[in-house]
Amino acid sequence: MADQVLDAKGLNCPLPILKAKKALKSLEGGNTLEVQSTDPGSVADFAAFCRTTGNEMLEQNEEGGVWTYLIRKTG
Amino acid sequence: MSSTEMKPGIDPNTMSIIVTKGSLDWAYPPFILSTTAAAMGLDVTMFFTFYGLPLLMKDLKLQVSSLGNPAMKMPMMGMHMGMPNLVSAIPGVDAAASKMMKNLIKKKGVASIPELRELAVEADVRMIACQMTLDLFEYSKDDMIEGIEIGGAATYIEVATQSHINLFI
Repeated sequence: MADQVLDAKGLNCPLPILKAKKALKSLEGGNTLEVQSTDPGSVADFAAFCRTTGNEMLEQNEEGGVWTYLIRKTG
Repeated sequence: MSSTEMKPGIDPNTMSIIVTKGSLDWAYPPFILSTTAAAMGLDVTMFFTFYGLPLLMKDLKLQVSSLGNPAMKMPMMGMHMGMPNLVSAIPGVDAAASKMMKNLIKKKGVASIPELRELAVEADVRMIACQMTLDLFEYSKDDMIEGIEIGGAATYIEVATQSHINLFI
């Protein structure tokens, strides 16, 4: 169960990333954020985001056109 | 040292963008890139010059035109349609096309330019207005949003010499 859930469904690039960044800012290190997105481009984007920011992508799922990412905030 | 190696002392997480265009469609690349880069931890500077300067105005009245833009084909009636140049030259057509574009943007869950700009300001993206352009087109700093700097070419060049990624849009 994630510490926070971000519903970014229906939003297009770059909003899912921008909103995730904002949500992560308010979390403590070690907390997890679950992001839900309907944007197919978000798959590559969230992977790149995690690689660049050092946050950890714990899980990634897709069901019925909705992608779910579980991200752990590092540091 | 080859040109593909980074100059010593330049932080790889720095980016600058020269913004030279101000129509609704051209407003997107600089603001999407700057906000996303900032979200990914980069230090970003945007330098607004010539037709990019109006993107800093408090009152944004962005328009798009298909005139002379043969690549602009909008999804309409199940296909992608362009508009003949002659039609887009008729008064009022650009305003209507801009309204349609904004509706499409909203419908698809794409951020509006005011929203992206606000996110950029919140993310501490450095925004510089070109002094020469302000003078040339007789804009006043009061027309622009708060929190911007004013500078010239040398100001930008200094930023660029310390920036790993420099884009011209």
